[in-house]
Parts: sequence; structure tokens; C-alpha cells
Amino acid sequence: MNWEILGIWLGALLTLSLYSFLYRDNPFYKFTEHLFVGMSAGYWVIYNIFNVLRPNLWDRLTGAGEAGPDLWMIIPAVFGVFMILRLVPKVASLSRFALAMIVGTGAGLSLVTTLQTNALAQVEGTILSVTGGGLSEFLDSFLLVAGVVCGLVYFFFSKAHRGVIGGAAGIGITILMIAFGASFGYTVMARISLLIGQAQFLLFRWLPTIPLFRGLAG
Amino acid sequence: MRLFGLLALALAAGPAAQPAGPPGTGPVAYGQAAADSMPSPPPAPSVTGLAARDVRDDAGGAIELSWELVPGVTADSLLVSRSADGGTWETVAFLPGAEVVFTDEGLEDGVEYSYTVTSLLGGAASQPAGPVSAVPSAQWLHSKRTGMLIILVLLSGVIFWFIDQGRKGRKLYIREIAGLSAVDDAVGRATEMGRSVLYIPGIMGMDDIQTIASMIILGRVAGKTAEYGADLQVPVCNSVVMSVGQEIVKEAYLAAGRPDSYRRDNVFYLTDDQFGYAAGVDGIMVRQRPAAIFMLGTFYAESLILAETGKSVGAIQIAGTAMPSQLPFFIAACDYTLIGEELFAASAYLSREPKLLGSLKGQDAAKLIIMLVIVVGVLAASIGTWWAPAASLADFLRRILHVE
Repeated sequence: MNWEILGIWLGALLTLSLYSFLYRDNPFYKFTEHLFVGMSAGYWVIYNIFNVLRPNLWDRLTGAGEAGPDLWMIIPAVFGVFMILRLVPKVASLSRFALAMIVGTGAGLSLVTTLQTNALAQVEGTILSVTGGGLSEFLDSFLLVAGVVCGLVYFFFSKAHRGVIGGAAGIGITILMIAFGASFGYTVMARISLLIGQAQFLLFRWLPTIPLFRGLAG
Repeated sequence: MRLFGLLALALAAGPAAQPAGPPGTGPVAYGQAAADSMPSPPPAPSVTGLAARDVRDDAGGAIELSWELVPGVTADSLLVSRSADGGTWETVAFLPGAEVVFTDEGLEDGVEYSYTVTSLLGGAASQPAGPVSAVPSAQWLHSKRTGMLIILVLLSGVIFWFIDQGRKGRKLYIREIAGLSAVDDAVGRATEMGRSVLYIPGIMGMDDIQTIASMIILGRVAGKTAEYGADLQVPVCNSVVMSVGQEIVKEAYLAAGRPDSYRRDNVFYLTDDQFGYAAGVDGIMVRQRPAAIFMLGTFYAESLILAETGKSVGAIQIAGTAMPSQLPFFIAACDYTLIGEELFAASAYLSREPKLLGSLKGQDAAKLIIMLVIVVGVLAASIGTWWAPAASLADFLRRILHVE
């Protein structure tokens, strides 16, 4: 049996089954969807066991390798057990400790990175001179600064969008929409290239194998 | 031939750990092996000024070695050796001859480590440079992020002040946000049509700030579905998000006085896989035909797939994300879209709790400060092109905003 050809046919049939959704929901799409969801869920379970749970918890806790057992790992291990205890209704509420730890840690860590990348770095990049160049440089810099300030005014929730604030917010959202339009076109082009890649797979890898099957049947 | 020489040296050296040689003659056996096969004395090292120091602003366990190259002499390779007790030496790195820095990681804090660097020149090992010593340690504070700490403390102070004001009963005004005003209408519509409400909290985990914001809004939406008696479906792609979602929906149903209507299985896991999740949610949309769809959280390439399918089944769609590349798709395909900051404002807007409103007002104050800094900074930078003090002010502002 030629496994490569079998793989190509499997890929092509599953691709066509997924594309059939463009017409309407149908048994082929349902089958492929359930296969996709089920297989990927199973894959991620195994992935998490071998790439997250084992190296980050089990190996450290048991001292696998050169290092000795890291007893601090008992704390996350206990939290992990709390999460599993959600399956036991009487003690399911213990999982809230673990969830509180996850949400609190996540929010705390995100606070620094979000402020750094989404606020401070942007402000630093906006502090630039609007003079010192030609007219085009002036317009370029001025548009950037005015766009940022007006965009911030749009996201100012303490004042109604009326009068001067309304005007500035209007400019801000207009600039945002222009940026979104450019981003839309750019991303659609990227998606089209993905579609072309899959179409090439069907045309140049799958279609040439059809005569082989016809030969087998004949 | 040079390669063969190096191989011969490596074979002669045997295992990585070697017995120590007397100080000054080099602790690595490479030099000795080379000396056995060659009558001439080992050449002088190609590096000078070897120094070892604890890596600053780290979580410990690392030492940085630095050295300078002797002008006119470039080794084929450099061999870094380490000893923790001064007796047993082991090779920890084999570097290109032009390298001038090396960071040794995975060390034990509080232990003194000694290092030497041996140059391999034309198949012969030099006298080792060093030894030099350092003790790795962890630092509680990142010294280059002090500016960030000050800014965070100031912003937090402003936010806490507004929260306090809210608690004391001060009326805190928040302008209307169209997408959020439509939440109740969307749930009401689903109830009238006898169809479900589908809530999609994005594809990231609970360590993502947008997912956290989404969970808070889920509580509000769940409260409304409990009040109206509508069916709420929450497919998720992360097990922790599922657990948090179940707890939040349960709380909302309890708060609405409808604990009997809560069904744990309505918040369910599909798969961690991005497109597997999108395929599964699409299937739910076309089969259950929900009347209202909420897509709030972090989304990537699946955003358009979900939003288009939701539109095709005629659902009223309210989306929100802070992902700039996905917002255009939501704006194009959804009835209402919460753009960036509006998603984070949603919890305060919907709940009208003084604590959350105070927090939102504090964030507004922070935005005002940011706008002020930008305006002052741009003016200073512009005037600074012909007046130096203004340029210094612009540089100062950039410096305090800069984070390593």
C-alpha cells in the first residue's frame, strides 16, 4: 500500500468535506468537524501531559535527571489536584483556590506586559518632533500625533462625545477605521494565499493521483 | 588538518569532567594533552581581561563571563571550563574564537563558581585565562524597570482614589457604549425567539487579560439569560476557561435566584486546537441557530470564520477584542463591536458597581495623563530642534517611558 497516496486522498477528501460547508451543513462536514474536534482534543491532552505536566511538574517533583526533587512543586501539584476534584461535587469548590491563583497570576503578569507594550512603548514612539523636516515629514508626524491623541479621546469614557471632545473622538474613530480597512485588505490577501495553497494541493498533488485509482479499478 | 587536531584534542580530553591541574598551568586537560604531543610550550591565550559577574536583574542561577581579544590573535575556538569546588573542572562551552561574552545558566544560587577560558590555536591549547570567580544570585527588583514601577504605583493610586470616591457615593459618569447597551436587547431577542444565546470567550487561557475581561461580561450575560429564562451555550477551547466559566455562570444564576436553571454542561470544552474549535463552533451555530452571539475575548484567524457563520444564521452579534488585526472582521460582520479598551470597560459599564466604575474612571485619568505627556513631549521635541533645554525634556520623557 502506498501510504503517501493514501495520505493525499485523505487530506483531499477531508478538505472537500470541510469546503462543502460553503453550500450548507451536511453529513460530510459533520463527520469531518467531529473528527477534527475529537482528534485535536486528544492530541492536546497528550501534548499537555508530555510537554507541560511531565517536564514542569512531575520531573521536577520527582527529581528526574540531575537535579534533586524540588519540593516547592508540591504547591502547584496540590492546586492541580484541586482542579481534578471538580469531578467530585462535594469538594468541587476547592478548585476555586486554583482558579483564583491562575486568574490572579494571569492578571498580574499581564498588567506589566500590557502596560509596557500597549501604552508606554507607544507613548515613547509618539514623542517625536513635527518640525525639522520638509512638508511631507511634518504632515506625516502631525498625522501620527493627532491620530494617537484623537484615538485616545475616543476611548475616554468620562465625557460624552459632544462638542470639541466629540469632534476629536470622531477624528479618532475615522483614523481607526481607515487603519482597520487597510488591515482588512492586508489580512484578506494573506487568507487568499492560504486558499491558493490548499487549491494547489488539490490540483497538483491530489488530481494527478486519480488516474492511478482508475487504473486500479480498471 | 586543524579539524583533525581539534578532534584529537577532544579525544585525548576524554569525558567532560576533568581533574584539576595546578593553578596557573590550567585546569583543563586539553592543554596537557597538547603539551604531550608537542614539544613547544602552550601558546599564550588569545583572550585577556577575563571577568566573571552575577547576571543582574535576573531570577538567579546565571553568571556572565566577559573578556577581550588580544589584538592580532584570534583563536579557532574558545573553551570555557567551570569548577564549583575548585577541584573538579568541567567544560561548559565551546565557543567561536571571536566570542567575547558567555552566560553560564542553570547554576545554583549562593555557590561560588570559578571559570577559565582556554584558546585553541592551530590545534594547540593555550594556557588558560583565569581562573575568575563569581556567585550567582537572584534579584527581587529589576533595577531597569524602576520607572515602570513608579508609573504603575502612580496609576494604581489614581485608580484606588476613584474607587474610593465611588464607594463614598460620588456619582461617576460613563458615556454610552452602543455595543454594551445592546447586550440586554440581544438576550431579550433570543428569549422572544425561543433560541439560545451563544457566548464565545475567545481562544486564549485565563492568563490572558482579554479572557479575564470576557469572563466578567459572561457573568452579566449569564445573569440576563437566567432572568429571562433563555438558554446559554458557552463552548470553550481551554479547560481552565471552562472551569472559570462554569463557576461564573453558576454564580450568575444563583444571584438571579434561578439556580435550578443552571446546567454545568452548558459551559463545555471543545478542543484546544484553534481551527478545530472554529469548526466545532460553526457546527453549533448552523445546527442550533442561536439568536444572539457574543464573541468577546482574544481572537486570531478564526474571527472571520465565526463572525461570517454567525451572520449567515441571522443572529444578532456583539463582538469585542483588543486584537487590532481581527477587529476589522468583527466590524464588517457583526452588529456591534467593542473596540479594544471598550472590552475592558464593559464590566464596569454593565454592572455599574462603584468599585468597577471607579477603576474605569482611574483608567480615564491615566489616559488623560498619557495624552498630556504626548502633547508636552511632542512640543518639547519640536521646539528642541532649535532650543536644547526643550530637547532635554523630550529625552527625559522618553527615558522614563522606556522599559528594558
